[in-house]
Amino acid sequence: MTLLNLLGLVCLSYVALLFLVAFWADRLAERGRGKRFMSSAMIYTLSLSIYCTAWTFYGAVGYAARSGLEYVTIYLGPTLVMIAWWWGLRKLVRVGRSQRISSIADLLSSRYGKSNTLAICVTLLAVIGVTPYIALQLQSITLSLSVFAEADGLQGYDQSGTVFWIAAGLAAFAILFGTRNLNANERHHGVVMAVALEAVVKIVALIAVGIFVVWGLAGGVSDVLDRIDASDLGRWQVDGSRWATITFLSAAAFVCLPRMFQVMVVENEDERHLQVAAWAFPLYLLLISVFVVPIAALGLEMLPEGTNPDLFVLSLPMAAGQEGLAVLSFLGGFSSATSMVIVAAMSLSTMVSNHIVMPIWLSAQTGEEGASVSGDVRNIVLMSRRLAIAAIMALGYAYYQASGGGDALAAIGIISFSGIAQILPALVGGLFWRGATRLGALAGLLTGFGIWIYTLFLPELGGAFLPPNWLEVGPFGLAWLHPQALFGITGLDPIVHSVLWSLSLNTAAFCFVSTLTFPTPLERLQGAQFVDVFDHSAGPGGWLGSVAQAEDLMIMSQRILGPEEAQAFFQRELARQGGPGPLPEPTPRFLEALEKELSASIGSAAAHAMIGQIVGGASVSVDDLLAVADESAQMLEYSARLEAQSQELQLTARKLRETNEQLTQLSRQKDEFLSQVSHELRTPMTSVRAFSEILRDTPDLATADQQRYATVIHDEAQRLTRLLNDLLDLSVLENGQVSLNLSEGKLGEVLDHSVTAALAGADTQVEIRREHSREALVLHTDLDRLAQVFINLIANAQKYCVADHPVLRIVVEELGDLVCIDFVDNGEGVPSDKRKVIFEKFSRVTPERAGGAGLGLAICREIMLRLGGDVTYVPGNTGARFRVTLPLQNS
Amino acid sequence: MSAAMGHVLLVEDEINIAEAIRFLLTREGWQVDVHANGSDAVAKITECAPDLVILDLMLPGKSGLEIIKELRQQDSFSDLPVLMLTARGAIKDREMAEKAGVTRFMTKPFANSEVLTAVRDLRAQALQRQGASDAEAGSVAAVAAKQG
Repeated sequence: MTLLNLLGLVCLSYVALLFLVAFWADRLAERGRGKRFMSSAMIYTLSLSIYCTAWTFYGAVGYAARSGLEYVTIYLGPTLVMIAWWWGLRKLVRVGRSQRISSIADLLSSRYGKSNTLAICVTLLAVIGVTPYIALQLQSITLSLSVFAEADGLQGYDQSGTVFWIAAGLAAFAILFGTRNLNANERHHGVVMAVALEAVVKIVALIAVGIFVVWGLAGGVSDVLDRIDASDLGRWQVDGSRWATITFLSAAAFVCLPRMFQVMVVENEDERHLQVAAWAFPLYLLLISVFVVPIAALGLEMLPEGTNPDLFVLSLPMAAGQEGLAVLSFLGGFSSATSMVIVAAMSLSTMVSNHIVMPIWLSAQTGEEGASVSGDVRNIVLMSRRLAIAAIMALGYAYYQASGGGDALAAIGIISFSGIAQILPALVGGLFWRGATRLGALAGLLTGFGIWIYTLFLPELGGAFLPPNWLEVGPFGLAWLHPQALFGITGLDPIVHSVLWSLSLNTAAFCFVSTLTFPTPLERLQGAQFVDVFDHSAGPGGWLGSVAQAEDLMIMSQRILGPEEAQAFFQRELARQGGPGPLPEPTPRFLEALEKELSASIGSAAAHAMIGQIVGGASVSVDDLLAVADESAQMLEYSARLEAQSQELQLTARKLRETNEQLTQLSRQKDEFLSQVSHELRTPMTSVRAFSEILRDTPDLATADQQRYATVIHDEAQRLTRLLNDLLDLSVLENGQVSLNLSEGKLGEVLDHSVTAALAGADTQVEIRREHSREALVLHTDLDRLAQVFINLIANAQKYCVADHPVLRIVVEELGDLVCIDFVDNGEGVPSDKRKVIFEKFSRVTPERAGGAGLGLAICREIMLRLGGDVTYVPGNTGARFRVTLPLQNS
Repeated sequence: MSAAMGHVLLVEDEINIAEAIRFLLTREGWQVDVHANGSDAVAKITECAPDLVILDLMLPGKSGLEIIKELRQQDSFSDLPVLMLTARGAIKDREMAEKAGVTRFMTKPFANSEVLTAVRDLRAQALQRQGASDAEAGSVAAVAAKQG
């Protein structure tokens, strides 16, 4: 059995073990057992070790062999983050958990108003940044395998075939254990446990190699120290700018790398685990890095010139004949590579699936068949994730094939780090700066990403993708645009140069655009949720008042309830609490009462959200927001309805008021009418009674007086009869109960009859002047009623015309369909102030001469209206002029 | 006995009613003047200074209510007995009339004896108030007793 075959067997067994562990962990988790162990701070810390990939496992030694202690920066960054910035991480974890964040892309998207554009940018950036890294892991495995192959003396060994199967296997693992469930809040226990196991394997392997090197190959610690001093390692100059840059980069990558976000935030079970990790993870890094320098020093010293220093960890035990140790070491490297690849593929697939595939699929769905996405979305999401994992692995494999392998591993790592670090400004800004906006984040990200591609990614790939002479003289001969010497700043290390420009311009663009643009309401809200996450997520259940500001609550309540009501409510609550302060303590009970009070005004969801904003205790989720929006819409509709109703009510009230006024006026008119009728009836009755009593009680009355008084009684009785007749007539006419007796007759004949009737029995007669030629008209109407009107008018002239020689002209005129019959006398006419009232009941212009009750003209008008015509007073004459109009064609 | 009872001014626009009242009072021994217009009624009252006024409510030119108000504003007529006659029977009219200062209010149609009694009573009260001579008061009271 060759060593390679043995290695293959070991590898297979190891992978089988990983599958078993993952499977077992998932099963346990499903049954709800072993959770305490799987969810422990130790497992969490170990899972963080995916930071240490094959690059750190193999590459650190190579790095040290090439650049001395600079490799420490790779560990220094995360250590600094863990120790000095644990509070920032805690915020990140809190935000991730409270907002149910599934990836770093989701985090930025969520923070900046659920912007999918931003999510797509971050996803693309991550894919571009991480794919080379995956390729690097694949390469490390083949390189390490090649060490064993050389030892076996194999030359024709199929490297790419092996890599393909490894990639396929890793993809299968990631698909199997990374896409078991959808929910971001469910942990991938299987993957995490496998990663933790691998973390143990790699540290054990590296420490074992280290111990072997220090105490096996060298003669103990002091000997190693001597040898280090003697080697080139001790003479490396420390480049301050590179140190600072790489330390910063590794710190940034530790926070921003998708896989780190996956294990640190998404897979986090308990925020307190960070407290343990804050010391345990740096310790892990210390242990894994402590033997790097000795291995590098002895490798340089003992191994033949030209041996790849990246593989010292393997080649040193091999050279010493320690094949078992070499296999262990290989397993360590294998673990480093596989754990990284699995988690990276998982996290990237989540991003790709959630932010690229699903939006496209959903829009395609809605485009095709409306909004019917109620189908099995879950399966589609899982499928898209699985495909994404396969695609990412394929991309990594393709990249590996394209790059051909061979270059120093560390370089790819740093390039990848500086690409991912472009997320940092938007991430940190989003967590700590409310003013950060979506456009700012986009601007910063694109700026940084662009500069990174141009100044580092493309040139470092050997300039294969850049036009040939750009790296020598700059694009189009513009030296100031030289990819590695932007704006004429030369002499900088390419990494430092790129990081300096990309991150500084990234940050500048981010801040600048953020200050220029205004966040949308959702951005504002999410911003508050992120920046003040500790105030907003105090815990489940009722309100926790510790952070509540009574003043803020007061201000808010005043806005909603109005100053008086708010004051009254707070006073009431203060009295109930019996506290000393000017404002009540924000106890849970008080907050509940306040919420209820506010609910009455603005609806429960809005009230909850608003108190939540001030007090914390429940974050404002999208559901809450939707509820607020719904309630607002409902309230708008309701208020619109109310408004309409109130307008209707106002209209009704006005109508009622008008009706009431009319009724009141009618009632007044009725009273007045009754009073008038009473007066008109009582007056003749008074005469009748008085004279009849005189006749009765005065036996000695002269005969002439008797005669006279009897005549008065008779006349007044007549007057009463007339009055009663008029009243009845008017009542009938006004009520519309009168039945018209239509017949045909000539106007002249009606006038003849009327004149005769009106003047009968009068002592002095008014002279009547007529134009008989014009009176030949044939009328079709109620001739008796018309005659009644004429008689009344003629009688009025007879009664009221005060001329010495009274004359009444009756003028007939045809006006189209109408005939006008004017009664014109030569008296004084009706005074202008009386003309309006003469047609009203009981109106008399000159009462002293009136024989009637003032009902005549009122009756005339009623009759003429019934006949379809009218009677009016025509002004402009010296005498009175009454005009009767009548339609010629009366139906 | 003529004019011994006193001087009555009758302000009434209905000729027949005026005629009847004049007949009644003249027979009783009152001196009666009739005035048919409201507008210059106050002037007429001032001119002939009657012992008693019988006033119709609804008069042409000026209503009885206005006339009584004007009269009461003058000191010389503040105690003048005024009997108001009206064909308007509403309670409101009576209230307004009494408020305006009418001494007695009577609704048409009336019994002749009511008018005569009212006129006598008013005259007697006026005399008592004025502190007039016993003879005058006595003679009026005697007539009242005889008639009543």
